[in-house]
Amino acid sequence: MKIVVCVKQVPDTAEADVKLGSDGRGIEMEGLPLQINESDNYALEESLLIKEDRDGEVTVITLGPESADEVLRMSMAKGADEAVRLADPALEGGDAWAVALALAKAIGGMEYDLVLTGCMASDDGMTQVGVTLAEMLGVPHATYVTEMEIGDGSVTVGRELEGGLVERVEMSLPAVVTIQTGINEPRYASIMGIAKAAKREIHTKSAADLCLDAGEAGEAGSRTKLLKLDYPPAGEGAEILDGTPSEASAKLANVLKEKGFA
Amino acid sequence: MNDVLVLAEHLNGELKDVTFEMLTHARVLADAGGAKVAAVLFGSGVGDLAEKLTAEADEVLVRDHDGFANYNSAVYQPVLADVIRGREPSVVMIGHTAFGVDLAPSLSVALDAPLATDLIDLAVEGTDLVATRQTHGGKVNERVGFGDAAVRLVTVRPAAFAPQAGSRGGSVIALDTDVPQEPAFRRFVEYVEAAAGDVDITKSDVVIAIGRGIKEEENLAMINEFAELLGGVVACSRPVVDAGWLPKDRQVGSSGKTVKPKLYVAIGVSGQFQHVAGMKSAETIVAINKDPKAPIFQAAHFGIVGDLMKVVPALTEKITELRA
Ligand SMILES: Cc1cc2nc3c(=O)[nH]c(=O)nc-3n(C[C@H](O)[C@H](O)[C@H](O)COP(=O)(O)OP(=O)(O)OC[C@H]3O[C@@H](n4cnc5c(N)ncnc54)[C@H](O)[C@@H]3O)c2cc1C
Ligand SMILES: Nc1ncnc2c1ncn2[C@@H]1O[C@H](COP(=O)(O)O)[C@@H](O)[C@H]1O
Repeated sequence: MKIVVCVKQVPDTAEADVKLGSDGRGIEMEGLPLQINESDNYALEESLLIKEDRDGEVTVITLGPESADEVLRMSMAKGADEAVRLADPALEGGDAWAVALALAKAIGGMEYDLVLTGCMASDDGMTQVGVTLAEMLGVPHATYVTEMEIGDGSVTVGRELEGGLVERVEMSLPAVVTIQTGINEPRYASIMGIAKAAKREIHTKSAADLCLDAGEAGEAGSRTKLLKLDYPPAGEGAEILDGTPSEASAKLANVLKEKGFA
Repeated sequence: MNDVLVLAEHLNGELKDVTFEMLTHARVLADAGGAKVAAVLFGSGVGDLAEKLTAEADEVLVRDHDGFANYNSAVYQPVLADVIRGREPSVVMIGHTAFGVDLAPSLSVALDAPLATDLIDLAVEGTDLVATRQTHGGKVNERVGFGDAAVRLVTVRPAAFAPQAGSRGGSVIALDTDVPQEPAFRRFVEYVEAAAGDVDITKSDVVIAIGRGIKEEENLAMINEFAELLGGVVACSRPVVDAGWLPKDRQVGSSGKTVKPKLYVAIGVSGQFQHVAGMKSAETIVAINKDPKAPIFQAAHFGIVGDLMKVVPALTEKITELRA
């Protein structure tokens, strides 16, 4: 069973004060920790579980700058067999369409039974690349998957809908499945694995290798046009109870008492 | 401007809220552009839903067919693509739901049309439409255009627009577009309802919710003590369930439960829209978070900016003192 996993390196902004770059088209990355996108980590783990369960080969692929090699190496340290980076400045700055097209060109040239992606990248939040990729590859897809069982030439998945309702769907292989968090318990890489992965080769591909011409790659190849980034307008917002933890807590305790909760 | 087309989403015989929210905004766009609003309704035995939509749209395009008894993007996509090719709407609005994200990107490829997802706004600006969406967990707003595309596809974030009842008196038009057989490559199997757990968080007047900011499972003890003091139940965001610290039936949000307690205290929760969707109607919302820019402070009525490891014990102490 040959599995391709699409992984993206993203900045962790959960606790960060995000600053916009001066051109208003990106954020300042300096000081932000970089990591594998959360749902991609679950997708990787799912591929490794399948590999362990039945003979399999896992290839991780990313489109991104050199720093993204770190995500590929960590994936190999956990057990991925091959790693590919679509490494070309011409490929960067694209929308979901352009990213999916580059991935489709690369994956379309490989042998594969299953492609796993995360359901959503936490930085741009598009929730779009996986299904776009499936359609470009001409294979079936299912999104938001929290259960997966491989059959004979088929895969049965549970898609998580609103309110915790699960829709079970059966698809023929090859297929693209977008993985939702919580489907498994991602492992940590071992020290040995990390040491070994440091020496492994990462295959790189340029736009030309993918037979993409300038109009099809990156920003030029995008169907949507990024106009500008802004900070969200400050809404009404909460009344902030300030002071030391003890002072703020005293204020909140009084509010709760007034409202009959304390 | 051509039509604004809205795909009506429904489940178990009920139209989803997002359908009405999209139609409300579609009317604003259509009025600004001198265009019509058309709702597209696919389903099996959906006559009464079509009737309901006549108030909301100028035209209700209905394809009532067995093939739509269950949702399958592989069945929806070609039929909707045909309708769109036939009518060339300026915009097609689809909910940013589990159903919409499964459908819209494949439609975009089939039609070679641009798609902007998870919109919180869409406005006519000059001759273009400009979408606003959020990135980086709600800390950045991104404005996106569609170039010179004739047909623009968007998915719309649930609850981004406040629904208002329409009074369009639209006509119901039965479509005769071919509906393909469910393909062998993707078959619907069944729906599985979430199992009920030991505690029903939707029944409690006080809900104390923790997020990833809690950092370690051990810190739950402090939260349990605080919840007990207020007579509340402990709920959480999705990462807490993913980590296995609390069961799935404690999860608040779009893929968890919707709660409307009198008091909701969010502790170490950033306030992504998928979480806020499940608690925004609580009467009083309190947020404790060390990041002053956390989106949860936009949803909350009262906030403390600080380290939960210090604030929660202090708060427990102050409330105990007040009671003494
Ligand atoms: C299809 C889909 C469905 C989803 N459904 C849901 C859902 O139903 N419910 C849900 O919750 N999520 C859901 N999510 C996930 C959602 O997008 C967010 O990832 C999630 O809500 C984030 O959880 P969090 O706020 O706990 O974690 P984070 O976003 O990581 O935030 C942690 C917060 O803790 C704060 N913090 C850290 N340390 C401290 C400290 N010491 N003191 C005080 N504050 C601290 C940080 O400042 C930060 O704001 C869904 C996602 C998808 C794609
Ligand atoms: N640059 C990229 N490289 C590899 N995979 C990606 C990239 N961008 C998105 N993906 C994959 O597509 C999923 C959905 O991303 P998005 O549609 O951007 O929210 C991610 O979870 C990844 O698995």
